[in-house]
Amino acid sequence: MDDPLVIAGREYSSRLITGTGGASNLAVLERALVASGTELTTVSIRRVDVEGGTGVLDLLRRLKIDILPNTAGCRTAAAAVLTARMAREALGTDWVKLEVVADDRTLLPDPVELLDAAHTLVDDGFTVLPYTNDDPVLALRLEEAGCAAVMPLGSPIGTGLGIRNPHNIELIVARAGVPVILDAGIGTASDAALAMELGCSAVLLATSVTRAADPEKMAAAMRHAVAGGRLARAAGRVPQRFWAQASSPPR
Amino acid sequence: MNVTVNGESREVADGATVADLLAELGLPASGIAVAVDGEVVTRAWHARTVLTDAAGVEILTAVQGG
Repeated sequence: MDDPLVIAGREYSSRLITGTGGASNLAVLERALVASGTELTTVSIRRVDVEGGTGVLDLLRRLKIDILPNTAGCRTAAAAVLTARMAREALGTDWVKLEVVADDRTLLPDPVELLDAAHTLVDDGFTVLPYTNDDPVLALRLEEAGCAAVMPLGSPIGTGLGIRNPHNIELIVARAGVPVILDAGIGTASDAALAMELGCSAVLLATSVTRAADPEKMAAAMRHAVAGGRLARAAGRVPQRFWAQASSPPR
Repeated sequence: MNVTVNGESREVADGATVADLLAELGLPASGIAVAVDGEVVTRAWHARTVLTDAAGVEILTAVQGG
């Protein structure tokens, strides 16, 4: 495999992780997932009697896409730990996208509860991928706790505001010893490309694809953007200059 | 006796196990997870875990999200 994404020893050829949230139905979701080329996707853990059913699991197994359960909706470390354990029991995976959010309006991670839950789940044998703030210090603390990746937000979940603090993402990348996955806030393809140009190992998105007017087309756009951004990062961009520099010879 | 299943009260026979409850609800044993009073009951223990009166049972599965 050429230039694989490696998380906890698992290799993926795609650096785009397309979540399942927000798609209007399973047929739309299937076309978007396939067009995105993703090999890993998120699901949420909910009561069996709520909308959604288990159809999504059958779909993901048919498409042979790995499942990354999340702890969305959890406000405390205790709730997130229980949800992760329920996900492990239901899905037979010890991978978890750890989300512990502080409130409904911002859905921003609660750093204290997040770090607490990360410690507990790592000790319990989980492969923990935490959704975190774009905080370079917290990212290091999560890595020290034993997380398999760190997943800083570009901007709050579902806002499509892109990457509001690119320098913080670069700081996180510069010191990380685990993959940095830009998670949340992606609005369009250029945001995904920027994440990769900043040095992220992968991009995780859902809303920007599933709620686009044409999810399948946006999924393809994201796939190309992530690949393009990755190539640009490796290619080494020209320095930014204040004054013009002619690209044609003087005579 | 009465137990609470996903927030709703439900009558079950005395001595009913988690496995009995799942069968009664028509739920498969795979693709779901069961917790009783906040503790995960793994599949191997479904048939051996007897529900007690007023127990709180949560039955979860995967849905689209994230």
